[in-house]
Amino acid sequence: MASLKEMRNRIKSVESTQKITKALQMVAAAKLRRAQQAAQSARPYAERMASVIANLAAGVSGDGAPKLLVGTGQDVKQLVIVATSDRGLAGGFNSSIVRMARERISTLIAEGKDVKIITLGKKARDQLKRLYGDRFVESFEVGASPSLAVAESVGQKVAAMFEAGEVDVVSLAYSKFKSVVTQTPTFQQMIPAQVSGSGGVDLQGASYEYEPDAEAILETLLPRNLNVQVLSAMLENQAGFFAAQMTAMDNATRAAGDMIAALNLLKNRTRQAQITKELIEIISGAEAL
Amino acid sequence: MAGKLQFSLVSPERELFSGDVDQVDAPGSEGDFGVLPGHAPFMATLREGQIRLYRGGQVTTFEVRGGFADVTPAGFTVLAESAVEV
Repeated sequence: MASLKEMRNRIKSVESTQKITKALQMVAAAKLRRAQQAAQSARPYAERMASVIANLAAGVSGDGAPKLLVGTGQDVKQLVIVATSDRGLAGGFNSSIVRMARERISTLIAEGKDVKIITLGKKARDQLKRLYGDRFVESFEVGASPSLAVAESVGQKVAAMFEAGEVDVVSLAYSKFKSVVTQTPTFQQMIPAQVSGSGGVDLQGASYEYEPDAEAILETLLPRNLNVQVLSAMLENQAGFFAAQMTAMDNATRAAGDMIAALNLLKNRTRQAQITKELIEIISGAEAL
Repeated sequence: MAGKLQFSLVSPERELFSGDVDQVDAPGSEGDFGVLPGHAPFMATLREGQIRLYRGGQVTTFEVRGGFADVTPAGFTVLAESAVEV
């Protein structure tokens, strides 16, 4: 049995761990609110952009359509962008994204596809480097908070690779923020662009006028759409990360509390046993006289 | 002139304006244009410049850099690369 001194030290160390997890939980809760707000306020832009593209895509057809919209017609060269957070201590948040991405990548490889990987976030890089390091094209970091600048550098890299004919299909793995308790790892196809819905709004019989023309607008719009998709993935990730961290740290704080209670009980029992032992020694000593 | 024009100005980070206006002037890449309620469906790219909103005699100005304008019967949406109120 451990000595009383050892047990006191152990309790003290668990207590200070609990203080840290408690602090992290509160920080995460505060940051979550801001991240959630950022994710929400970025949604209108992404939604409007999607509907504008849907409008345009309905008007552009056949051979004239930009490649970013319709793809190259092949799916051999695959690019997978894996977006996670930079930091850990958030339970299974990053691992679940990486696990999903890994399954997808290994399926693609098994199908004989040429898979390339871009990681966004330190955790994705660290967790995939060992397995697929030779497939890495580039690794990006999220930085202090999701910014359009980082999203743009990813988007531009993707667009450049596509232009150069290095990729046919681009998909993006990230975690969708559903609620504080649910974040779902999701795959989103970026190229060819996913056109949602029936093709936009009811024009009430009128037809669109374009300035310059529809193709030219699409050509400037689609690369930006890549940036926007990356940005919104980063924002969703950020909100999900803090939610996951808050939950994980809450659990850790509670687990530390349980541990302290158990250790205290053990410590008191040991102390009592020691006192009893001493008493017996004194009494039997006195009796012997 | 029938009713009001539902206008919204959004940048990647947030929605800067959303509401009913009388008229919006925007800097199209091929020339400035104004949009009144009931405008025909219209889509244009924007250059750097100012967007002016007219609301009951009041004028609000935004400085925008690049983006798109999308006019539908439902309203007028500007997707700006970046935008600040002046």
